[in-house]
Amino acid sequence: MKRCLNEMKLSFPARGENEAFARACVSAFIAQLDPYVSELAELKTAVSEAVTNSIVHGYRGRPGGVISMQVRLYSDRRVYIRIRDKGCGIADITQAMQPLFTTAPEEERAGLGFSVMESFTDSLRVKSSRGHGTSLVMEKTLRERSGDESVKDGISNKSGRKSGTGSPVR
Amino acid sequence: MPVTTSLDGAVLTARLSGDIDHFTAADMRSEIDRAVTMNPVSELVLDFSAVNFMDSSGIGLVMGRSKLMSELGGKCSVCDPPAYIVKVMKLSGIDKLCPILGEGGVRL
Repeated sequence: MKRCLNEMKLSFPARGENEAFARACVSAFIAQLDPYVSELAELKTAVSEAVTNSIVHGYRGRPGGVISMQVRLYSDRRVYIRIRDKGCGIADITQAMQPLFTTAPEEERAGLGFSVMESFTDSLRVKSSRGHGTSLVMEKTLRERSGDESVKDGISNKSGRKSGTGSPVR
Repeated sequence: MPVTTSLDGAVLTARLSGDIDHFTAADMRSEIDRAVTMNPVSELVLDFSAVNFMDSSGIGLVMGRSKLMSELGGKCSVCDPPAYIVKVMKLSGIDKLCPILGEGGVRL
């Protein structure tokens, strides 16, 4: 039976500076499961996309909005991440999740946020209500550690750059 | 500095460092564009060797610079990105528009 090993909740204002803050927090918390460097990089990227979406789209760049984040670590090495905002919501989730769909091409948004989140996690669920906000849940089960300690090196260096990170190329 | 630029003939190298996200990308973009438009540049090399983190904002940045260079009749490439960033870039297919070069100029 899998059980929840640990949980954290966090809320912060929807400011651009907090994109880095949010992924650093998630990264520090997930470190408890001793993930591979590549898995950590993937989850950080997915979190960065989700938080950016809330700031840019949910709150349309207006400060004052709040983003809340919840992370749970399970005994089967599953990581659960929920990111919520109380912004404008997504009118058409199916359309928003299409690769390259963007409402802000002039800002050089690539329209790949959801594609990145889907590629770098095992599952992504999005619930949104117009005028009330968006809630997004991502889950990823981390691989079992092989016990090769050399792999742990370089977390603060370039992600996945060292040989032997075992990064699966999908 | 998140971006340092150096000009060698008509080749402008922009060395990006740190994290590229929606918040940091705006300054990086304007810094590179300023250097490109102020000099007679026919080739832009985006040096990613010192980039620690990148989300899809980095794809937007590469797409935009690649477009700018093509408008100017020049070319654009990305060099030395960490393996995980190559993965993010390939996800977008940007490598078809703008070659990603590894050590020794080998196309990744």
